[in-house]
Amino acid sequence: MAKKLMKGCEAVAEAAIQAGCRYFFGYPITPQNDIPEYMSARLPKVGGCFLQSESEVAAINMVYGAAGAGARVMTSSSSPGISLKMEGISYLAGAELPCVIVNMMRGGPGLGSIQASQGDYFQTTKGGGHGDYHVIALAPSSVQEAIDLMQDAFDLADLYRTPVMILADGIIGQMMEPVEFHNEQSSRAIPEKIWAAKGYNPNENRPRAVINSLYIENEELQELNDRLQGRYQIITETETRCELYNTEGAEVILCAYGTIARICKSAIALAAKEGIKVGLVRPITIWPFPTNEVRDTICGGSVKFALDVEVNAGQMLEDIKLAVNGEKPVHFLGRPGSFVPTADEILERIKVLRRA
Amino acid sequence: MATTVFKKTPVLTDTIMHYCPGCGHGIVHRLVAEVLEELGVADKAIGVVPVGCAVFGYKYFNIDVMEAAHGRAPAVATGIKRVHPNNVVFTYQGDGDLASIGAAEIVHAAHRGEKITTIFINNAIYGMTGGQMAPTTLVGQKTTTSPYGRDKDHCGSPIRIAEMLATIEGSAYIERVAVNNTANIIKAKKAIKKAFETQIERKGFSLIEVLSNCPTNWGMSAVESMEWLEQNMIPYYPLGVKKEV
Repeated sequence: MAKKLMKGCEAVAEAAIQAGCRYFFGYPITPQNDIPEYMSARLPKVGGCFLQSESEVAAINMVYGAAGAGARVMTSSSSPGISLKMEGISYLAGAELPCVIVNMMRGGPGLGSIQASQGDYFQTTKGGGHGDYHVIALAPSSVQEAIDLMQDAFDLADLYRTPVMILADGIIGQMMEPVEFHNEQSSRAIPEKIWAAKGYNPNENRPRAVINSLYIENEELQELNDRLQGRYQIITETETRCELYNTEGAEVILCAYGTIARICKSAIALAAKEGIKVGLVRPITIWPFPTNEVRDTICGGSVKFALDVEVNAGQMLEDIKLAVNGEKPVHFLGRPGSFVPTADEILERIKVLRRA
Repeated sequence: MATTVFKKTPVLTDTIMHYCPGCGHGIVHRLVAEVLEELGVADKAIGVVPVGCAVFGYKYFNIDVMEAAHGRAPAVATGIKRVHPNNVVFTYQGDGDLASIGAAEIVHAAHRGEKITTIFINNAIYGMTGGQMAPTTLVGQKTTTSPYGRDKDHCGSPIRIAEMLATIEGSAYIERVAVNNTANIIKAKKAIKKAFETQIERKGFSLIEVLSNCPTNWGMSAVESMEWLEQNMIPYYPLGVKKEV
């Protein structure tokens, strides 16, 4: 298939449809409105349903209903809207329901800004909602990668019966890039959703569907939590993904995810011109976090220090420091809000840190 | 020869209900289950139960059931109905769940003409959390958070959900009933059946508001609570059909 120029939000929406998503429930918020707009035009043409909900809260609960009914379903929003969805995401996790949630992050806290940001790392990876749960969180760094991750997102959701979040930012959402749709069928064996609510007939060989996250007895709630933690362990062992770029023999390792990782690659090219060997470790799954890859890369013999670059006050920084556990210095470059660092700024910081 | 005059519907499970003695919830559960059986749609029914006293509804209705977050049952039911338009989808909600925290969801489900049925239990109090004031608590009624009686200057007058939703274009059938005596229970069952028929005929949104009693949190015997309902609730919440298209 030939490449075509496409805006990130629209590309994500089309990729979801090609991954079998037929239901979308959402509420407008900048900078991701192109997703619901695209879905409202396309889904009715492919036998699906788009519905604009009365709020983000209603949207995520419509997703809960559709997911419990056995559908491939998604919603999208941006940071303040994702905050509103967090209660529902906890319920989805507790009721073991699969769905995909796209977050095109904007600046915060509060109403913040409509510019790109990475301020939602904490609420994505550390819970956000109540209780001991995780969502699988995929962080694309280009429009093409966002497309490529959508099939996986829906497959992982169905396979592990968990919400999956695509954590991108307003830049990826609004940027146009040449992209390609591979129309690849899923390579994973997805089990039939025998647990879904479709109508119960006692004479048929299917148990009555009870979609629920209430376990009033401590022992029963423990059973759910043990099951979830066991599943999270398997996900961590088998689904962790990370890109290592130019890390062989590097003196400095940059850490970044999403759009910022691309700016880091530009900084790496600038550094190379000045004879400084810099590499990059880029988590693709920010949960599960690629702890081993980050530790092994940064703690490698040639590395003098790591520099974590984020558009926040240092959120992924905590996971990097936990992985490195004090074995090498880990520095931080970033500002909360929506100031995206340039390649020159990153190089400048590397040079300052080398002199220190 | 013995004749069967009453038989528990198979649309209810044999699980012993947790409801307090004298509470109306058990009656309404039975009416809903009997209606689903009589309409022959139990195998197509998907129920959504609330947060509140009916939170364990998934143990009692012998059909597919989803447990919703507090107030969100109409949104959950919307998601189900859009995926399975030929199934019979209903929510079962109390007054805290529907009239307070879930006010937006019920208004917009009605506004969309969502082809679902809502069974709304109005007992003028929060039962599960121990008797706090509800949006439906009567003026002067004492609760654990209105210990001097509800003061309308301080927190407003009780909300009449059936009348409010009847003003919405997408509502197709709205009726208020009560379950405080046999005659009213028979009428309540007819109303519930009518609401489900409205959904099956795809006419739009349907809701039955059921005035019910809460002897435990009202601090009364079962009989006293049924009389209190008759004397205090029905005058403020008049029974009858509020909307029919």
